[in-house]
Amino acid sequence: MKRNDIILIITILVITCVSVVFMWFHQRSATGSAAKVVVTIDGEEYGSYPLNKDYTETIELSDGSYNIFTIKDGYASVTEASCPDQICVNHFHIHYAGETIVCLPNKVVLEIVGGEEDDVDGATH
Amino acid sequence: MKTKGIAFLGLLIALAFVLSYIEFLLPLNIGIPGAKVGLANLVVMVALYTLGTKEAFALSFVRVLLVSLTFGNFAMLLYSLAGAGLSFLVMVIAKRTKLLSITGVSVLGGVFHNIGQIIVAIFALETVKLVYYMPFLTVIGTISGIIIGIVAGMITERIKGYFL
Repeated sequence: MKRNDIILIITILVITCVSVVFMWFHQRSATGSAAKVVVTIDGEEYGSYPLNKDYTETIELSDGSYNIFTIKDGYASVTEASCPDQICVNHFHIHYAGETIVCLPNKVVLEIVGGEEDDVDGATH
Repeated sequence: MKTKGIAFLGLLIALAFVLSYIEFLLPLNIGIPGAKVGLANLVVMVALYTLGTKEAFALSFVRVLLVSLTFGNFAMLLYSLAGAGLSFLVMVIAKRTKLLSITGVSVLGGVFHNIGQIIVAIFALETVKLVYYMPFLTVIGTISGIIIGIVAGMITERIKGYFL
């Protein structure tokens, strides 16, 4: 073996190690396993649901009103609600950390906690 | 090319074929699809350093064709051709630069064999996720490349006087 061979082998191994570390971080941020939807009713936490699992939940309140929210493909949205204004239903689906859907009449708040930051209009948050 | 050389090339093709068969019978089972020791590359290396580029290319091509048609299918032929082709190209270039010994050339061959196969697999399966296998395959390619390179160097030294 020549000196150049050793250099080559070390170079390959270093590149491999660096790419493993890079992939590890990339995979962690891409999956965003920590991202979840936290539902609060009148300031009290009702429950939290991971964003990476498709899910539908009906939130029933004591006065008979309700909100149905759905998690699909990493996005959460309110699909049906008893409230008169339907603002929460018409709200665009949420995905990035810090985004919220609020249903004022029912005092229901859906908020994304953890996961990736919205890189598009993060400045407006 | 002398008759002796032709006979030697035929011998090497047969040897490469048998080594591929052995590898086919005893796959390296470490949970990573496509991970191979690349025993046949030993023969290609020897041919590259004793007979020459053209002969080694013929050997590599004929071996892939024979092995894929005998033990595999069309998909295997594509993977093997990509792997063997890219690996051979890189090895020839590396040898021409004269910067590396036979071990270094063999390491590059082993690494690029895997890279070639991964590239084909990414296109065939239409998923870039396969890139995640690359580091493991690269390490395996490097280790087997070192071993094969050293052995090929020893063989080359010993047979150079006999057949050519």
